[in-house]
Amino acid sequence: MKTLEYDTVVIGGGPAGIAAAIKATELGLKTILIENRDLLGGIPLQCVHTGFGLHYFKEDLTGTQFVTRLLDKLEKLRVEYLLKAHVHSIEYLDYDKKLVNVVTPQGVVRILTKTIIYTTGARERHLYEIGVVGDRPDGVYTAGEAQTLMDIYGIMPGREVVIIGSGDVGLIMARRFALEGAKVKAVIEILPYPGGLMRNVMQCLRDYNIPLLLGHTVVKVVGKKRVEKVIVAKVDENFKPIEGTEFEIPCDTVVLSVGLRPYLKVLEKLGIHIDPATGGPVVNEYLETNIPGVFVAGNALVVNDLVDYAVEQGELAAEGAKVFIENKGIPTKNWKLVEKGRNIRLVVPHAVSGERDVIIYARVANPERNVYVQIPELGFRLFSYGVRPAEMIWFKLRKDMFSKLGADVNKITLEVKPR
Amino acid sequence: MSKELELTCIICPASCTLKVTVEDNKVIKVEGNLCPRGVEFAKNELSNPVRYVMSVVKVREGDLPTVSVVTRNPVPKNCIWQVMEALAKVEVEAPVEIGDVIVKDICGTDIIATRRAKKI
Repeated sequence: MKTLEYDTVVIGGGPAGIAAAIKATELGLKTILIENRDLLGGIPLQCVHTGFGLHYFKEDLTGTQFVTRLLDKLEKLRVEYLLKAHVHSIEYLDYDKKLVNVVTPQGVVRILTKTIIYTTGARERHLYEIGVVGDRPDGVYTAGEAQTLMDIYGIMPGREVVIIGSGDVGLIMARRFALEGAKVKAVIEILPYPGGLMRNVMQCLRDYNIPLLLGHTVVKVVGKKRVEKVIVAKVDENFKPIEGTEFEIPCDTVVLSVGLRPYLKVLEKLGIHIDPATGGPVVNEYLETNIPGVFVAGNALVVNDLVDYAVEQGELAAEGAKVFIENKGIPTKNWKLVEKGRNIRLVVPHAVSGERDVIIYARVANPERNVYVQIPELGFRLFSYGVRPAEMIWFKLRKDMFSKLGADVNKITLEVKPR
Repeated sequence: MSKELELTCIICPASCTLKVTVEDNKVIKVEGNLCPRGVEFAKNELSNPVRYVMSVVKVREGDLPTVSVVTRNPVPKNCIWQVMEALAKVEVEAPVEIGDVIVKDICGTDIIATRRAKKI
C-alpha cells in the first residue's frame, strides 16, 4: 500500500475544490485534488444556462464556460489530481497529521496530510424527505438527475412533467424541458413564495407560460410501471394539505427540486460540529471546522446560490490551510461569535477574529421589503429594497470596522430591521 | 399620463426589483436597479424583449455525447423556437472548442459552443 505526503488534500473536484487546489498550489502548498467521478468539474459541467461568473470573473458565463476556465488554470499549474478516487475515511492522528484513505482503481492509497479542504458539495433532497406518499414508479427524478440526462447525455427523461419545488435548478429545468418540446404541466411549491431567484421565475416560467402553484403540495405519486399522475392539494398555514382541495395532474415525469443538503458523510464520522441551520459545519472565518486543519468550502459548507461564492470559499479555505501550516494552527485567540438576530435564518462563518477582512454569507427567514441588514455592535448598516430567503446576503466586513469594538465584546449580531 | 409598473431584472442573479415609470409608452424613470444594466433591461423588456437561448447539440466521437451551446447575443423572444428547431437538426463532430460556431447567422446572431468536446 502506497503512503503519500501532502500539505493539503482537497476532497471533491467541483468548483470549490478546483479553486481551493489552484489557490493552495499558488500559495506554495503541496496539493492533491481527489474526485470520485471520472471527470473534474462538478455540477456546472451540466449547467448550460448563463448567470455564472458575474461576481468572480465580472462576466456572464454559462456554467460550462465558467468551470472550463477553472479547469484550464488547474491544468496550467499542473495541480496533481486523482479521478475515480473514493475517500473511504479520514483518521485524525495529530493536529498537523491526518490520514486520508482513498480507494482508487489501482488500489488503496493512503495520504498523510497537514490539512484537508473538504468540498464535496451538497446532495439533493428526495421524496421521502418531503413526505410524499404513493407509488414509486419510473419517471421520478431529482432536478440534477434530469439535468445530467438532458445536458450531458442528451436524453429526454419524459414528455409531460410536473416539477415539485421551485428551487433554482427546478426552474431552470422547467425551461429546459419546455425548450426541448416537453409539456411542463406545473411547478408546485408548498411555500407562499418561490424557492428560487425571482429572475428564474420570470425567465424560466413566465416566458413559457408554465403555471406556478404556490401554497400547494403533491400528496401522492400514482403509477404502475411509469408515473401516470400526481395528486395535488392546497396547504394550510402549517403546510398541511387541506381536505377537499385535492386534484389530479396527469403526467409521465416528476422532477424534484426541493432543496439541497451539504454532504459531509466522511467528516461526520470524525465528530465534526454541524450547524442545524445550514446543515453544514460550524466554521471560523478561515472556514476551519472544530477539527484543527480541516476546512470546508462550497455547498458542503452552506448551500450557495452562486458558484462564484463556492469558488471564493475554496480560495479562502486554501489561504486558511496556508496560515494553519505556517503558524502550526490558526493563531487567533479571541473569536467573536456571529449571532443570528431578527429575520436571519443562517449565517456563515460562525466566528470572526476582527483581525482581517471577512465575507459574511447569510439568508433571511422570511421575505421582507425596504430593510436594513445590520450589525449594531459594529455600526454596520446596509440598505436593501428587498430580501428573500432564496437570495443570499453577501457583504464584506473590513478589519477597521472592528476597531470600535471593545476588547471584552465576544459576539456580533446580524439582523434585518425594517427601515 | 404616466403609470408605474414593477419588473424583475433578469440580467444577473441579483434579480433587482425595478420600479419603472412609463409615460406615452416610453420609460422615463427606473428605480431599484443596482447597476445601469437595469435601465437598459427595462427599456428592452417593454419594447423588444430579448433572451439568450441555451441548449445542447449532439456530438459524434466526443468524450461526452453532447456539447452545450448558446446564442452569441440575446435574440428577440419570438425567435426562440426558430433557434430550437435549428438546433434539433444539428450534429457536430469532435473536437469542439468553446466559442466554435455551431450554427451561423440565425435570428441576427450565431450559435456558439460553451463546452469542450475532446475527440476520443
